[in-house]
Amino acid sequence: MEGRRLLDDCVHCGFCLPACPTYVSWGVEPDSPRGRIDLMRALADGRLPLDPEVVTHFDSCLGCMGCVTACPSGVRYDVLIEETRARVEREVRRPLADRLFRSAIFALFPHPARLRALVLPLLLWSRSGLDALARRLGLYGLLPPRLGEMAELLPPLGARNLAASLPETTPARGPRRARVGLVAGCVQRVFFPGVNDATVRVLASEGCEVVVPRGQGCCGALSVHAGREDEARRMARALISSFEGLGLDAVVVNAAGCGSTLKEYGRLLADDPAWAARAAAFSERVRDVSELLARLGPVAPRQPLALSVAFHDACHVAHAQGLREEPRALLTGIPGLRLLEVPDGDQCCGSAGIHNLVDPASADEIGERKVDRVLSVGADLLASANPGCTLQIRKLAGRRGVAVRAAHPIEVLDASLHGTSLPGAPRTGR
Amino acid sequence: MDPGLVARFAAIVGARNCLAEPPALVTYECDGLTSMRARPGVVVLPASTGEVAAVVRLAREAGVAIVPRGAGTGLSGGALPVAGCVVVGLARMRRILEADLANGWARVEAGVANLDVSKHLAAAGAYYAPDPSSQRVCTIGGNVAENSGGAHCLKYGFTVNHVLGARVVLADGSVVDLGGPVADPAGFDLLAAFVGSEGTLGIVTEVVLRVLRKPEATRTLFATFPSCAEAGETVSAIIASGIVPAAIEMMDTLAIAAARAATGLDWPEVGAALLVDVDGTVGEAGHTAARAGEIARGSGALEVRWPRDEAERQLMWKGRKSAFAAVGRISPSYLVQDGVIPRSEIARALGEVARLAREAGLRVANVFHAGDGNLHPLVLYDARVPGEERKAEELAGEILRMCVRLGGSITGEHGVGADKVVYMGEMFSEDDLATMDLVRSAFDPERLFNPGKVLPAPRLCGERPWPSRVRPVEAADPAGPA
Ligand SMILES: Cc1cc2nc3c(=O)[nH]c(=O)nc-3n(C[C@H](O)[C@H](O)[C@H](O)COP(=O)(O)OP(=O)(O)OC[C@H]3O[C@@H](n4cnc5c(N)ncnc54)[C@H](O)[C@@H]3O)c2cc1C
Ligand code: SF4
Ligand code: SF4
Repeated sequence: MEGRRLLDDCVHCGFCLPACPTYVSWGVEPDSPRGRIDLMRALADGRLPLDPEVVTHFDSCLGCMGCVTACPSGVRYDVLIEETRARVEREVRRPLADRLFRSAIFALFPHPARLRALVLPLLLWSRSGLDALARRLGLYGLLPPRLGEMAELLPPLGARNLAASLPETTPARGPRRARVGLVAGCVQRVFFPGVNDATVRVLASEGCEVVVPRGQGCCGALSVHAGREDEARRMARALISSFEGLGLDAVVVNAAGCGSTLKEYGRLLADDPAWAARAAAFSERVRDVSELLARLGPVAPRQPLALSVAFHDACHVAHAQGLREEPRALLTGIPGLRLLEVPDGDQCCGSAGIHNLVDPASADEIGERKVDRVLSVGADLLASANPGCTLQIRKLAGRRGVAVRAAHPIEVLDASLHGTSLPGAPRTGR
Repeated sequence: MDPGLVARFAAIVGARNCLAEPPALVTYECDGLTSMRARPGVVVLPASTGEVAAVVRLAREAGVAIVPRGAGTGLSGGALPVAGCVVVGLARMRRILEADLANGWARVEAGVANLDVSKHLAAAGAYYAPDPSSQRVCTIGGNVAENSGGAHCLKYGFTVNHVLGARVVLADGSVVDLGGPVADPAGFDLLAAFVGSEGTLGIVTEVVLRVLRKPEATRTLFATFPSCAEAGETVSAIIASGIVPAAIEMMDTLAIAAARAATGLDWPEVGAALLVDVDGTVGEAGHTAARAGEIARGSGALEVRWPRDEAERQLMWKGRKSAFAAVGRISPSYLVQDGVIPRSEIARALGEVARLAREAGLRVANVFHAGDGNLHPLVLYDARVPGEERKAEELAGEILRMCVRLGGSITGEHGVGADKVVYMGEMFSEDDLATMDLVRSAFDPERLFNPGKVLPAPRLCGERPWPSRVRPVEAADPAGPA
């Protein structure tokens, strides 16, 4: 079994402990990478039964992959936890409320159309002022914590969200250097449409012809992270199909979590003879937008931006895809911009995957530390390449009455290239 | 463990910090030495010296053995539980309490990670010198218990040279301060007995550390050699020339390959390499580094490299410091051995290691503190091949005997723990061991703390017969002890 061999790579040195947000928070071994691997080993050897008690320690894992970066022994914790989650999903029956909540998330988030249907009522609700009132009165605190969490995370919505749609093909400005397909991302597409617009504009200015295949669905990242393998494979096959035969040099993605999942399609479908080769070929071509731009090198002229920017390493860019220099390079190329590092920047903000939805209390505990560090930098703007992180940091800062202005790095570059305005500060809870 | 007793421990540290469910206990079955395992009865994670003292009093009342634990990176099974014991983890006591840089000391809780002390002091230009390769993770309490060393201990000395005072909880629950910020206090130096006692005398909860100003300049050179013989000669020649390098680390072919795999460094495939740090004022560091480079060339170096910038220097050291764990990339399992030989015998000792390895039919990687003659042979094996683990253990044992034969020691810095108890008799006489045991009993007459570690079987009458060696897990009851 692949898993067993991968487990043996762990030499129990503990180098991953300080990289793990749950261990740093609670200081207990079973909620550390090394401890979770111990548990997987004990399960594989039949020394422990797969019962709800063990599962709590896998559930508490944020999937941030800080441990993968830290591990000198090259342990593929990402693969291990994914296999474990799939097994948990198959074999462990969760309490009813838990099951319903999880199903609700999966019925909603991976489906842009359903998400969009939610936006109108939400828009009315937030415009009506009821929402601000509810925040002020702390009414969200009265909802069952996890529902309150979903409501509280919602970003400020504009009418633009309703009609978000991108042109199917955007020609390159100047000589064409590459033809690329853009993965629009479900949460991204609906809640942060500005990011996709900016991505298309920047790519075009840097000489890319951009294709946004119609009808593309969700990449399945949330399903993979939750161990819903069959669902994930279904989504992967559909997405691969929609990007095939278009003569693309690369498949570009701007949402961190989607990018790391797309790069792993080869592995996800490795056991499916009809799809293994197609999936591997697809994964080969996937690039984070920062990665693609770093390879192409800049051509479009940058206008100065007098701005100090705190850089947040999204786990699924920095740890899962190993991209640390590339996203920074998007910003350091802008004259006048001062890039500031967030202390302990390689630590997760607690939002990883759906963690902040299923276990808000622990996600917040971890997130508070991140917010402390982000605020300590005192920058004008926070650059974050992942919608989940941005939502989480803003939410927690908002509870302290601090409005954090945040943007995707590509939006900042867009502002420098095209003079577009950067997203403003969100409302706070007070 | 009896639920009533667990509840009483929980009442002291809080339910969340008292772990008694089987899954949680499984994760505390071993430390960095994975071949020995035992399941504790309960794990408690106190947040203060007061809580530690209360836990110790309760454990004593209940007659349960106590095993202190830091980050569990120890390589000799020091934090290996005694079946059914209470493990006292210091992982939550990680505050840096105060720093007095004018007088060169800082007071920290025992659970703080070694590197976090230096990080905390960095802005003020100070640091904590001992740097075990595990410094990102291992705790100051664990360092004190093991008298840990590191690459830069050649010039600066081991943990014992950097601990000024400690607050400890003794077996009767009393809280005692040994030493303190003032240098050279009057009376018996009880602190020195505590440093290196491997958790057998009591629990360290706070430590007063000596902190140093960062040297003005550090120069690093990386030299490659056709074999360990030339590298060993270079080490002796550098030191004989009067240079006291901050560090001289040696790696052989396999260790270089592992470091390369872990960090992507462009290190070549050669017989051996040295990584040397010299520090001091700018002029001094530049001069000695150049001189060390010349000596290396004169002793047969193939190439001498200087890192291009600080980033490359850091990466080189990361390569060296991850080398142990990185060996996991080139072998399914391995044992880290730790022994000392006189520095002048490096080439001979490594030749012996190679011969022993050949005879055993196993591979051995070497990465070690050459300046101190502190060898770290890594015996590579595959635990899934029946019998190989035992062969590896035997080979590791033979290597230790060779160290003793050459006039060295069975441990340089990783401690005796549970792993090397059996070799103590080969290094010390009955009387030596009995004297150590008398000291131990003076602190902990009932042998509550870490029984079975460091000292072989009980040797005074009226002692409790704790097992001196816990069986490897394969032999243990799968459900673990009740
Ligand atoms: C990859 C790797 C590299 C290493 N490199 C080095 C190196 O270069 N130099 C070196 O010296 N060591 C090295 N080690 C060994 C190890 O890191 C050290 O021994 C370290 O000091 C152990 O610290 P810890 O906090 O992990 O202690 P643990 O492993 O948890 O415990 C070690 C011992 O100390 C006792 N103990 C722990 N905390 C306390 C306390 N507060 N009070 C009383 N007793 C206590 C325990 O009972 C046990 O006997 C390395 C280990 C690894 C895995
Ligand atoms: S760093 Fe890697 S090898 Fe070490 S304990 Fe963590 S997962 Fe295991
Ligand atoms: S993925 Fe993140 S939370 Fe999970 S074990 Fe690794 S470091 Fe810890």
